[in-house]
Amino acid sequence: MSDAHAPLVEASATRTVPDAPLNPVIEAVDLNIYYGSFHAVYDVNLAYGKNEITAMIGPSGCGKSTVLRCLNRMNDLVASARVEGTVTYHGINIYDPKVDPIEVRRHIGMVFQKPNPFPKSIYDNVAYGPKVTGMKLESSLDEHVEWCLRKAALWDEVKDKLKESAFSLSGGQQQRLCIARAIATKPDVILMDEPCSALDPIATAAVEDLMVELRNDYTIIIVTHNMQQAARVSDRTAFFTARPDETTGNRTGLLVEFDKTTTIFSNPSDQRTEDYISGRFG
Amino acid sequence: MRTAAHNRNAVNAAREITLAQLDGSQRQGRWKGPAFEAVLLTAIFVAILTLLAVILWALTAGWERLDLNLLRNMPSGMASRLGESGMQSAIIGTFYVMVGLIVTVVPLGVSAAIYLEEFADHDTWYVRIIEINLRNLAAVPSIVFGILGLAFFYRGGLSLGSVVYTGSLTLTMLVLPTVIVTAREAIRAVPPSIRHASMGMGATKWRTIWHQVLPSSIPGIVTGTILALSRAIGEAAPLIMIGAATFVGWNPDGPFEGSFTVLPVQIFFWSAQANTDFHILAAAGVIVLLGMLLMMNSFAIWLRNRFTREW
Repeated sequence: MSDAHAPLVEASATRTVPDAPLNPVIEAVDLNIYYGSFHAVYDVNLAYGKNEITAMIGPSGCGKSTVLRCLNRMNDLVASARVEGTVTYHGINIYDPKVDPIEVRRHIGMVFQKPNPFPKSIYDNVAYGPKVTGMKLESSLDEHVEWCLRKAALWDEVKDKLKESAFSLSGGQQQRLCIARAIATKPDVILMDEPCSALDPIATAAVEDLMVELRNDYTIIIVTHNMQQAARVSDRTAFFTARPDETTGNRTGLLVEFDKTTTIFSNPSDQRTEDYISGRFG
Repeated sequence: MRTAAHNRNAVNAAREITLAQLDGSQRQGRWKGPAFEAVLLTAIFVAILTLLAVILWALTAGWERLDLNLLRNMPSGMASRLGESGMQSAIIGTFYVMVGLIVTVVPLGVSAAIYLEEFADHDTWYVRIIEINLRNLAAVPSIVFGILGLAFFYRGGLSLGSVVYTGSLTLTMLVLPTVIVTAREAIRAVPPSIRHASMGMGATKWRTIWHQVLPSSIPGIVTGTILALSRAIGEAAPLIMIGAATFVGWNPDGPFEGSFTVLPVQIFFWSAQANTDFHILAAAGVIVLLGMLLMMNSFAIWLRNRFTREW
């Protein structure tokens, strides 16, 4: 362990990105999240750039998934959750009382940790969103389903068995189906909550390739435990950590550092970031 | 090399201990497993033998009247015409009451279950009172529901009189807790990830329940309904209370008009007759009742299998 200072992860400079997100699609300003009296996330300020992949990394309990679920108001489903501060989507505060969370989620899609296809056919999984949200489609539903499956790089594998159960697919295919399902409502942001943690390395590689592909059309925000994954796919990385409260001992998550992924993994400015990415804690 | 010898000794000791643990011959109480199994098997046999005894008794006792006349003819109180007496009005009455029960209890019970599982805030005092009541309602004797039916459906509130739907409503009250509890269980078994996936793409809560939660919980709901109907079809006491007649010589005109009777009531009155020839009819009636129950349950099981899906 003599060279612990050298980063274990070699950041792959996938492409040049500006120093700060130029057109932030989503911005969190002074975001504080509580569950009842428990302060889960403290004062997060983050901007997610258009057509960029932003990774949120950090040890367990640092609040990165909580922040992610706040970006499309999925945290509303937890009765005790309370949010302070603002989250703007194209300049509109999505926590404004006039904003309908249902509408927010149609624009900001989500992919979950475990592949969770509906117990329906492959076709119906993708068609579900447009059907229940009453979307006006420019093409026919069949064409739209094909478009989504092609986008998710799944079409060639499933085109002959669209009527079969989604559970006949492998785990990796199921997760790509979930991505196809998420883009079926034509969102412009996709939130991914550890999308590869239940997948094997080959399926993970397929999903990562897909993310890079989708970056051209979507803004992607991903929470991951896998630092190599963040280094491989993301343009920017936000590092979170957890700070124990002095009196209660509850751990509150906070944002330590947010920068270009190449910078985070090669030249972090905060000691805690460096300790984490070099594998010394977390 | 002392450490190497030390290590070897330690490894050997560990192996000995492990082997001793795995070796069952020294274990105490090895008979407990098989004995437990025997107790369980006995319990099953007691249940099955009792059922077989009932069926055998009814078959032998009612054999000479198990004919088409039994299904075709109306019940007759005259001893001279016992040979042709049937139970058509009771069969039709039971069928009508059951249909009325299904169309009432399923929507009510499933709606209540959806509210309690998906919407209710379980910290509020009124939801807690509802929960406690539900658990206790399932244990209330059926005759109490008969009195309720008499007071509120026959007379009082609804004043329907002694008609088929009064019977359906009374039995609805009786089995509603069963339907609610089993439907809640079925709804709770739908993985939260399915709800999140649906909500996450901008479906409303209502659409999530209608398109995802309910279709997935149909098998469980049907199972609960089977249990509830199986209990209701055999109830006599609450229906006697609301005036299910006996020896009714005609079929009910509709859900809201005409007097009616049902199989258990007819059987009960036949078996209460002094003339033992009526007892043959009662036994034959038991077979008919079991047959109807079997048909109803087969249909429900077919329905359940049609909707069962793998996760």
